[in-house]
Amino acid sequence: MKKLISLALCFLLIFSVMGCSNSNKKVLYVYNWGNFIADGIIEQFEKETGIKVVYEEYDDNENMYTKVKAAGDMYDIVVPSDYMVKKMSDEGMLAPINKENIPNLANLEERYLNMSFDEGNKYSVPYFVGTVGILYNTDLVNEDITKMSSMFDSKYAGKVCMLHSMRDTIGMTLKMLGYSMNDTNKSHINAARDKLIKQKPNVKAYGTDDLSRKVLDGTAAMALVYSGEGIKAVTEQPHNMRFVIPEEGSNLAIDSFVILKDSKHKEEAEQFINFMLREDIALKNAKETGYTTPNKVAKEKLPDDMKNDASRYPTEDILDKCEVFYSDNKHYVEAWDLILAAN
Amino acid sequence: MKNKVISFPYLVWALVFTLIPLLLIFYYGFTVELESGQIIFSTENFVKFFSNSAYTNALIRSLWMAALATFICLIVGYPVAYILAMSTYKRKGLLLLLLVIPMWMNLLLRTYAWVTILDDTGLINTFLGKFGIKPIQFMYNQGSIVFAMVYNFLPFMILPINSVLSKMDTSVFEAAHDLGANKMKVFTKVTLPLSVPGIFSGITMVFMPAVTTFAITDILSGGKNDLIGNIVQRQFREAFNWHYGATISIILMVLIVISIIVSSKYESEDKGGGLF
Amino acid sequence: MKKFSKSFYIFLIFLFMYAPIIVMMVYSFNDSQVATAQWKGFTLKWYGELLENERAISALQTTVFVAITSSLIATVIGTMAAIGIHSMKRFSKNTIMGITYIPVLSPDIVTGVSLMLLFTFLRIPLNKYSLLLSHITFNIPYVIISVLPKLTQFNKNIYEVALDLGAKPFYAYTKVVIPEIMPGIVTGFLLAITLSVDDFVISLFTGGGNLSTFIYSQIKRPNPSINALSTLLFAAIFIMLVVVNFSSVKKEQKVEKII
Repeated sequence: MKKLISLALCFLLIFSVMGCSNSNKKVLYVYNWGNFIADGIIEQFEKETGIKVVYEEYDDNENMYTKVKAAGDMYDIVVPSDYMVKKMSDEGMLAPINKENIPNLANLEERYLNMSFDEGNKYSVPYFVGTVGILYNTDLVNEDITKMSSMFDSKYAGKVCMLHSMRDTIGMTLKMLGYSMNDTNKSHINAARDKLIKQKPNVKAYGTDDLSRKVLDGTAAMALVYSGEGIKAVTEQPHNMRFVIPEEGSNLAIDSFVILKDSKHKEEAEQFINFMLREDIALKNAKETGYTTPNKVAKEKLPDDMKNDASRYPTEDILDKCEVFYSDNKHYVEAWDLILAAN
Repeated sequence: MKNKVISFPYLVWALVFTLIPLLLIFYYGFTVELESGQIIFSTENFVKFFSNSAYTNALIRSLWMAALATFICLIVGYPVAYILAMSTYKRKGLLLLLLVIPMWMNLLLRTYAWVTILDDTGLINTFLGKFGIKPIQFMYNQGSIVFAMVYNFLPFMILPINSVLSKMDTSVFEAAHDLGANKMKVFTKVTLPLSVPGIFSGITMVFMPAVTTFAITDILSGGKNDLIGNIVQRQFREAFNWHYGATISIILMVLIVISIIVSSKYESEDKGGGLF
Repeated sequence: MKKFSKSFYIFLIFLFMYAPIIVMMVYSFNDSQVATAQWKGFTLKWYGELLENERAISALQTTVFVAITSSLIATVIGTMAAIGIHSMKRFSKNTIMGITYIPVLSPDIVTGVSLMLLFTFLRIPLNKYSLLLSHITFNIPYVIISVLPKLTQFNKNIYEVALDLGAKPFYAYTKVVIPEIMPGIVTGFLLAITLSVDDFVISLFTGGGNLSTFIYSQIKRPNPSINALSTLLFAAIFIMLVVVNFSSVKKEQKVEKII
């Protein structure tokens, strides 16, 4: 028995020794969405500035919020979406950004600045803009999908995947019914809820970043996905993948850099944000991730086929139909419980 | 040995980390926060839970799936425990150990690996496809919730039954045999009744964690049907409605207490069918 | 024939338990970024990436730190508690054992939630130290439950003889009582480590940052280097336990007791 314990202790010792690494280097803790940065960018930043970046990923706003709220001093930069920026700034979790340290702010398109969730961009700097759309596999779908209502068509029974994300799935359905995504009218939310409960026989799975994989390999015929995921899937298998933003309109998600109030590396954080807004970096990021860059100088440099792709850079009339989330989550929780708990 | 004093650190610990947290659950569960931020006593959340068929459905679904999984574990696990306990194979300790080792591997990863095997385009269907058989949908249904539970909790059924069977005095069987009982009779009249304590601990150890499990079951079922654990989790981590989450937690604890009372009626303590 | 069918049944059960583990290990060498059943060629790159995955390494360190520290503290507090409880009168003994069983019997999610409420109430930030506190909390009862039966078997007279022979109570404890109940203490310690490494739900609510919660945050976006990490860990544990088990028959019986 002693042998077993000593073996176990040796094992542990090895792992704990692995932990004691360079501690006097400057470190920046970045907590970002998954698949939300091009390969090599972090390394380039580390090389140029000598600041070490510890990079972590999350897959939805609520998980990120819980984590940050619980262990506020663990991170410097996070990238919440619009409504979450508002929630976090309302709760005093964010540090104001010193714009003098971020000259590259001038590269951003006016359209995405000064939004209702953070007027004057006191706390947030837009990183990427995304929409929600339908990714479908033409081997399994014999029509051109243009509308959200196709996802509710019973001929696709058991072949549709929806987002396991309360705001997106309920919001897109509200939109389909002709309401606003931020509608807080109970009867409208209930109408969307009933629609989604009735849709359940159509649904194969609720998921997030795993959904585009299911459409790619033909497990599902179509899925509601974030635009970046959808565009990446189309690039991977152009012969049978299509991604569309529904006619009824969609969510315009603006994911923005914010610096947490308890951050001990504010200047490094601002340096990082400024770096990310630089033309060459933003260009590389936009090319690889598939998300829409709010960076106008980088956008100009994009290849024409990307710049003119309506699923990447939606036309004005689609953009006019898109909405940014600003209403509070609490209005939708019960409906979401009921949707997922229904048989 | 009159040194009761040395248990004081534990008593303090249990007070702070076991009893106070329980009180907090009751506090949150029986209060609601008004728009004004004022917190008042209320049983509103209990009414919300029981008046809404979706919530009660989720609870009933959890109980039913867990019961089904427990039953399957018993049917599948009892023979394993029996064969290992009665075997004369000298390395059966090793076999038992091998049964436990998977538990050291992360549950989520193990379950996720089943997706590679069972998915519509997974290993089994790829293999069947070679013979021109159309893909069978193994996943994305409520059966896959039960499957995930059985996979995760099977060892908890096998171990206590095995432990009781191994400790049994073999002379009892010999006596029964000498008295003319055939193998079947020895099993139904002697072995099975004597292993009841093990069966009960097995049932408790599978059923109780299975009722409140979440996340793991979603991996195979596609997250279409919430179990009660999913709903509690959502209230705390997504909806930030701690009061309602605490209310459901109280309901779960009451259920557990009821099942403990029921099972202790059948389980005689001193026979000890523990896991270890 | 009968023997064969028995062995075959056991084989099937082992296949069921190990199939996903084998699949995961094999696919940790698959040259594909995504979790797919398609074999895209052999690669070692996920193992290389693992070393650069700071998050995975730090999650592993947290798991190891919390498992060892919480088990040690729980073993000390739990053993002391067991000795104390053993000498109590029936009523207080039953009351305290009732409280001890609360974390064992309540659902993980309830334990996790209740501790989260406590930490928020006491304004303890959720990080690896809160994680440590919660792991100690759910580990102590298992130590007590493992040690108590050994104390019941222990012959009280030996302790009293030691005192009669002039030993101080502390000396008598460390030299007489502790060695006698050692198997129970070791069982409790190993049980505590296992539970700590295995825990996911309670960790999720009380700090996270360990391997299981890290894997949970990554599970939707399968990262092959996590498979690589688990393959290494599993291989290490597997070899360690099997080697110890094979080393002698006598030891085998002891290990058997532990599980």
